[in-house]
Amino acid sequence: MRWLQAAMPFVVVAAIWEVVAHSGAFPPRLFPPLEEVATTLVRLTAAGILPHHAAETLFRLGAGFAFAATAGIALGIAMGRSRRAEDFLMPLVSIGAPIPGLAYAPLFLLWFGLGNTGSIVLVAFVAAFPIILNSWTGVKAVKEIWLRAAQTMGADGRRLFRHVILPGALPYILTGLRLGLAQAWRILVAVEMLAAVDWGLGWLIFGAREFLNTDAMLAGIAVIGAIGLGLEKVVFQRLENYTVVRWGMMAA
Amino acid sequence: MKAAISIGFFLLLYEAVARSGWFAAALVPTLPAVAKTLWWMLAEGTMARHALATLYRVFAGLAAAAATGLLLGFLMARYRPVERFFLPLVSALMPIPSLAWAPVFILWFGLGDTATILVVFYAASFPMILNTWTGARAVNPLWLRAAGAMGAGGAAMFWKVVVPGALPFIITGLRLAFQRSWIAVVGAEMLAASAFGLGWVIFDAKEFLNADIMLASLAVIGAIGFLFERLVFGSLERSTVLRWGMVRAAKA
Repeated sequence: MRWLQAAMPFVVVAAIWEVVAHSGAFPPRLFPPLEEVATTLVRLTAAGILPHHAAETLFRLGAGFAFAATAGIALGIAMGRSRRAEDFLMPLVSIGAPIPGLAYAPLFLLWFGLGNTGSIVLVAFVAAFPIILNSWTGVKAVKEIWLRAAQTMGADGRRLFRHVILPGALPYILTGLRLGLAQAWRILVAVEMLAAVDWGLGWLIFGAREFLNTDAMLAGIAVIGAIGLGLEKVVFQRLENYTVVRWGMMAA
Repeated sequence: MKAAISIGFFLLLYEAVARSGWFAAALVPTLPAVAKTLWWMLAEGTMARHALATLYRVFAGLAAAAATGLLLGFLMARYRPVERFFLPLVSALMPIPSLAWAPVFILWFGLGDTATILVVFYAASFPMILNTWTGARAVNPLWLRAAGAMGAGGAAMFWKVVVPGALPFIITGLRLAFQRSWIAVVGAEMLAASAFGLGWVIFDAKEFLNADIMLASLAVIGAIGFLFERLVFGSLERSTVLRWGMVRAAKA
């Protein structure tokens, strides 16, 4: 019953879409009925074209995000721990963060070339900002009393970091990673349209425009939405459940 | 002061790289060259025209998104059936990056303003809807009962209690919506604009290897974003929720 209730809005919207598509008010090439989109989705998946596009996109996302996570967490923690690092990096980060990442895209494509390098560097650059800022906040938010308690109990610098600061900052770091991944995903889809890569979901929908393949575009958008939802719900909620929620630092 | 040192150091580093001759001067222009281009574009008025075109698109999209978001958000908070119908749709559509729709909108509405404004609208709607909805539900029930006991009718209750009570969330929503539209408009202009716009000018400059124009436009994009964040939203907050002593709610 609850399941049915959740499905209802989608059924209504799909029905409206079908009526409009079949009414002939718009050319079917531009406004295809949903069964055609579904057929295209199945056909492209079976032919291995859609999985290939998705795999390339996920590779770029993974590579860019891995750089961003490594550099972002390292810089954020350094800024949280050392005044000098904070004084030096904070102004640069606060200038760089609010500029829309896509505005850099043509510059990065010019500097690093079209294709994989340019888009991965841009994704890494854009995703790094929320990760830096949240890791920094997280380290700052570790309770002073935890640090002193651990020091009194004789924890040296390394153990203090590994057993107090890192777990203490983790809820923030995870939030930063989540925001970073979401930004990376948004930027990547757009960059693939600009960078003229051979494969990639962004390129799939942008390239389909040339041939008026609206059905392929909508199929691509559906896959993009599904991957976005999957990254958010499956990857990060599980990660949170295993760490900060289990330690009782955050409500599930 | 410390900020000036770190920014100065970064600029010096950039200047050194630009003058080292490792990279082509067209790709990595020196700072005086960028400043000269910026000054020239400002003096000649082209930069103003690009910025105005971009601002027009942002505000058209943002205004439509704010109207839709406020209406839908309040209705969802007030009426259960509305919430049950729209919430699943909002959660399903939100993870799709707004720029993924750009090719579809271009196909449906042609290159130019309409497609760009629609992308901005899509990007800005979700934070507006969700924050208005959350804000209206987060209004302290005690206030509602107190106002009711004092004889406030439906309209008075809405305008005097619910709207001001939800305002901290709504302002945050507007802020997020602006940030997202600012990103979306730059991307959409690269894909869809045909003559003017800050995003378009950056993308167009790539064809002619005009890295100085790109950097100058980047500076303008950053400056406008910063100005809105600090001046517009800052003063909006100061004149409403801060004055009413509700900031804590805004930070929550």
